[in-house]
Amino acid sequence: MTSALARRDDIAEALALVPPAVDERELVKAARTIATKIAAPNAADVDENARFPSETFAALKEAGLLGIMVPQALGGQGASVACVSEICAALAQACASSGMIYAMHQIKMSSLTVHCLDSEWHRGFMRACAEEQLLLASATTEGGGVGGDMRQSICGVQRDGDMFDLAKDGCLISYGAYADAILITARRTPDAPASDQVMAVMRADQYRLEKTGAWNTMGMRGTCSDNFFFSGRAPAEQIIPLAFADISAQSMLPYAHLLWASVWYGIASDAVARSEAFVRAEARKRPGATPPSALRLAELLTLQQRFKALVVAGIDRYERAKDDADELTSIGFGVAMNAIKISASQSAGEIVNAAFLICGIMGYRNDSPYSLARPMRDALSAPIMINNDRILGNVSNLLAVYKHDASLLR
Amino acid sequence: MKTTIRDILAKHGRLPAPVGGLSDDDDLHAAGLTSFGSVEVMMALEEAFGIEFPDRMLNRRNFSSISAIEQAVMTVQAEEAA
Repeated sequence: MTSALARRDDIAEALALVPPAVDERELVKAARTIATKIAAPNAADVDENARFPSETFAALKEAGLLGIMVPQALGGQGASVACVSEICAALAQACASSGMIYAMHQIKMSSLTVHCLDSEWHRGFMRACAEEQLLLASATTEGGGVGGDMRQSICGVQRDGDMFDLAKDGCLISYGAYADAILITARRTPDAPASDQVMAVMRADQYRLEKTGAWNTMGMRGTCSDNFFFSGRAPAEQIIPLAFADISAQSMLPYAHLLWASVWYGIASDAVARSEAFVRAEARKRPGATPPSALRLAELLTLQQRFKALVVAGIDRYERAKDDADELTSIGFGVAMNAIKISASQSAGEIVNAAFLICGIMGYRNDSPYSLARPMRDALSAPIMINNDRILGNVSNLLAVYKHDASLLR
Repeated sequence: MKTTIRDILAKHGRLPAPVGGLSDDDDLHAAGLTSFGSVEVMMALEEAFGIEFPDRMLNRRNFSSISAIEQAVMTVQAEEAA
């Protein structure tokens, strides 16, 4: 991973109290240990029972890894997107659901760390995230025909003096029942246009979740992405001041697509590692002869390298654009991040699929150490997690004016 | 130029409320301009003024108000004339 320095927030600099940059390698090392020692041995059970990976998240909380994106001045480590991506990949290699939950949590955290440094209430909340290691979930989808189009809301914020009420029907909230707080979108007012949205932070004691549907899927079973009727009441200062359109374009889009891509990279890495182990075992059975599957493995490694380059280039582009609002809201940046999502989601399935030719029947079995069943089922979620066709459709809407930038290094 | 921009917004912007009710500096995104609507507006602006917005100008700020659009059109016109 790149040696990106921890982000130093303005306030700390103003007070000349910039602590030494956190060694992000230590954070990644701690995550890898949790991935290997806790997430991996529980992954099969999480998958089989479609249950929340509670042991893994207890360990991540214990190690302080949930609050690492919080700026140092607010008690966190100001971890970079590169660091968080690496942790997502490490967790996903052991348990894809754990990696995805961690990614979704940090995507929510990015809305706070990128846009809420000037908001008193949200600064306090970020401190709490670091101190109490709060797990954040997202309620951006809605029933009533809105579905997964998170840039439209039906429900609106009902203001009542200094308080607001919010009720949202039919929203899918991943690990909603296990979250300490939910970031929820709604129209700015009940009468506002569907796309004029805000996002509010609500703590678990400020809302009620009524489960209306259970998550029973092929893969990513541990994310527990149940459907809920959400209703809550909280002080109006908990509404993020910036329009959701800006949050969506400037931080959610890049964080979501880069962290998801990192999770899918982790799933692909799991399949590659199983294939490598299979080929090594074959080689040891017949010393002096290269196993036929080694050629396929050589080919698989080129696919994995291509995937890695895609994600790393995306991280690099975000790092260079992150302080430039015009660049972050440009069509070109959006097209690039969407291209990363599409390409990464396809690569994950392609790589796991190719691994079957290497591991053969041992990959197809559910009970072999080379089983590719869970990675395959998990990888199949990638193209439909925000459907690739929806994304391509959104991009195609821009092509009447968009001209791609031909430079290699932008 | 602002009149032309207002006409284009009314015709292509897909705004839920009449453009006449907006001041030159009102936030068009808050008024309901979606990304799809803004692309339609960009296309109509390119057509009406005979210009092409370069990639780096296709961002949210340049299309955030009637004044901002006017500024963006003038910038491209100046660049194309240079």
